[in-house]
Amino acid sequence: MTKLKNLKKSTKSNLITFGIVILFYIVVQILSGADLLTSSFSGQLVPICAYVVLAVSLNLTVGILGELSLGHAGFMSVGAFAGTLVWVLLCETAPAWLALILAFVVGGIAAGLFGVVVGVPVLRLSGDYLAIVTLAFGEIVKNFMNACYLGYDSTGIHFSLKDSASMGLADDGVVLINGAMGITGVTKASNFTIGIVLVLITLIVVLNLIHSRAGRAITAIRDNEIAAQSIGIQITRYKLMAFITSAVFAGLAGVLYSLNFSTLVAKKFDYNTSILILVFVVLGGIGNIRGSVIAAAILTVLPELLRSMNDYRMLIYAIVLIVMMIFNQSPQMIAWRKRIAERFAARRAKGKHPTKEVG
Amino acid sequence: MKKFVSAMLAATMALSLAACGSTADTSSEASESTSTAASTDSTAAESGATGEAASGTPIKLGGIGPITGATAVYGTAVKNGEELAVNEINAAAGYTVFDWKFEDDEGDAEKALNAYNTLKDWDMQVLVGPVTSTPSLSVGAETVNDNMFMLTPSASAEDVANCGDNVFQMCFTDPNQGKVSADYIADNALGTKIGVIYDSSDAYSTGIYDAFTTEAEAKGLEIVTAEAFNSDNKSDLSTQLAKCSDAGADLVFLPIYYTEASQILVAANKSGYEPTFFGCDGMDGILAVEGFDTSLAENLMMLCPFSAYGEDETTKTFVSAYEEAYGSTPNQFAADAYDCVYAIYQCVQAGKINGDMSASEICDALKTEFTTMSFGGTTGENQTWDASGMISKAPKVYVIKNGAYELAA
Repeated sequence: MTKLKNLKKSTKSNLITFGIVILFYIVVQILSGADLLTSSFSGQLVPICAYVVLAVSLNLTVGILGELSLGHAGFMSVGAFAGTLVWVLLCETAPAWLALILAFVVGGIAAGLFGVVVGVPVLRLSGDYLAIVTLAFGEIVKNFMNACYLGYDSTGIHFSLKDSASMGLADDGVVLINGAMGITGVTKASNFTIGIVLVLITLIVVLNLIHSRAGRAITAIRDNEIAAQSIGIQITRYKLMAFITSAVFAGLAGVLYSLNFSTLVAKKFDYNTSILILVFVVLGGIGNIRGSVIAAAILTVLPELLRSMNDYRMLIYAIVLIVMMIFNQSPQMIAWRKRIAERFAARRAKGKHPTKEVG
Repeated sequence: MKKFVSAMLAATMALSLAACGSTADTSSEASESTSTAASTDSTAAESGATGEAASGTPIKLGGIGPITGATAVYGTAVKNGEELAVNEINAAAGYTVFDWKFEDDEGDAEKALNAYNTLKDWDMQVLVGPVTSTPSLSVGAETVNDNMFMLTPSASAEDVANCGDNVFQMCFTDPNQGKVSADYIADNALGTKIGVIYDSSDAYSTGIYDAFTTEAEAKGLEIVTAEAFNSDNKSDLSTQLAKCSDAGADLVFLPIYYTEASQILVAANKSGYEPTFFGCDGMDGILAVEGFDTSLAENLMMLCPFSAYGEDETTKTFVSAYEEAYGSTPNQFAADAYDCVYAIYQCVQAGKINGDMSASEICDALKTEFTTMSFGGTTGENQTWDASGMISKAPKVYVIKNGAYELAA
């Protein structure tokens, strides 16, 4: 116990975050072992993990680097398509675990490469300009993947941006990406355990990055770019580091997400998804990693819990979101919560040391 | 403090709305159940006379479709069609044949799977849905694992039926529509130079387009231009139309939905370009587009299994009941959904399935039944299914004359 108390404040906070994730995993495993989980909830476990990873990785850009990115779904899309392609090509020949690991690695690398391509020119901008450019990037990826036809036959790989006929596949050809229909007939591979492992890896990397020397440099850039530059911090390098790490994990989350469904379409990764992830981050608290984890999990489950409301579902979802935002983030509410907490603490202190009150 | 007050106000508003919603729902449900109860009473005597027990465990019928989002128009039509059929059947049978529940999927694969799981928690036994192709693909794969019978009213991608032998379609597949359209155009010499305008971001549209081009080539039709648009830039389609005009197309093939098609017709009217327009089943509903001058749709041809202006008894009953219940003319989405429920009811009547069987047993029974039976409904007579789950029914080509569909010669 004393050891725990002597831990650094940040380490303790990190341990609590890991503890929450692991506890969630154990509870779900016990419940599913006892057959107490509804199929509705167990069906959402993998998407929850994917959204948690996305929220944590976006928080790295938005909260730690302090740049607003509206194209996170774009990186997710790149990772999802790259990873799923690898999985589709390998899952029948290679052992499943190898194909799966390769799918994740390729998905992460592909998204990371796009992170470099987008990051190098874009990180010269900041604020609103960066937000608009990342938004455009997300739309480009979506529209490109929507128009992308890819297949192979005995003569090699065929590609077209027009229609599937213009690929000129031979009779033995296999269509891999079929434009707007995307990739279909994917054998599902994701499960909750893989999801939780990915969440833990993301947390370890992101939390360590934040509390490392590089992380302090990144937050220094966020707080005052000119001051950071004046003390010799390489702005571009650290900005890119945060941005690319964020992109890689978005790609990994994309792979996890897409391998949970038998079909993958580019339409899913539009700006609505980017905004959704941003909502997780904002609700959980910008820069607050644990908040992102919890907010992503709650906001993924919430619409499903509201199904009994029928036609009013989306309306109530929006209202609940507004109320939660105000309760969580408005300064007055924070002050009010603090007052309440103090009152409780005072009362508890009273109960513990009644003599002090007399004296 | 102000914020706190506003938050509380928002919360009260939400609660009151929720209260309104739930009371409205329960009252309508209550009235429904009372009406079925009443009909049970009235038919109780009859069934007593025939000696046949007019009761049984209800079969739990689940529906999935977009009630919100970009494709909500189609999902709502399907929902209404299913609801109408279930109410009719329950009233006619004198007892609750089908317990029916419909879940929203927002036209999204992830939400569709959530909706499916929710319905599974409700112990659904037969699935009528989803409405659109991508959700159907993701749900279809899951129904194969669960051996749950799935009959989709309108998800027309070929891959949907190929998910497994438990997945059946009520609509034509996209490639089939493209092929039949090309054949019809070639056989009736409707045009020599063909222009195509399609939605490249939509699975339905590209599916038809691909098959159409292949078949057109085989039939010796000349496609002079193929113009694409996508869901992000469909507010003005006059450019695509102008290109067809420049290429000298005398027939423009529109494998798209009616909302966009109505814009094209308006643009064509403005520019004075008068080719023959030919659409597929997505065109059905164009006469009901708000603010659209229906005279512009005159002579528009479409390949469609259903016409709300049909003269046969089934269609007439359906259309008048639908108009009475929902205040609008049903389109082929509603008709397909209506037929889906009746097709399953046909199996119930044949005594092949009942509510006491498990979902998997029902699935096995329905698989045999659907591949052997012939079904007649609002979307055609003598409809049969092959083992893969694809439907075969006579394609009909309608042409719009005087604001109504007329069977083309």
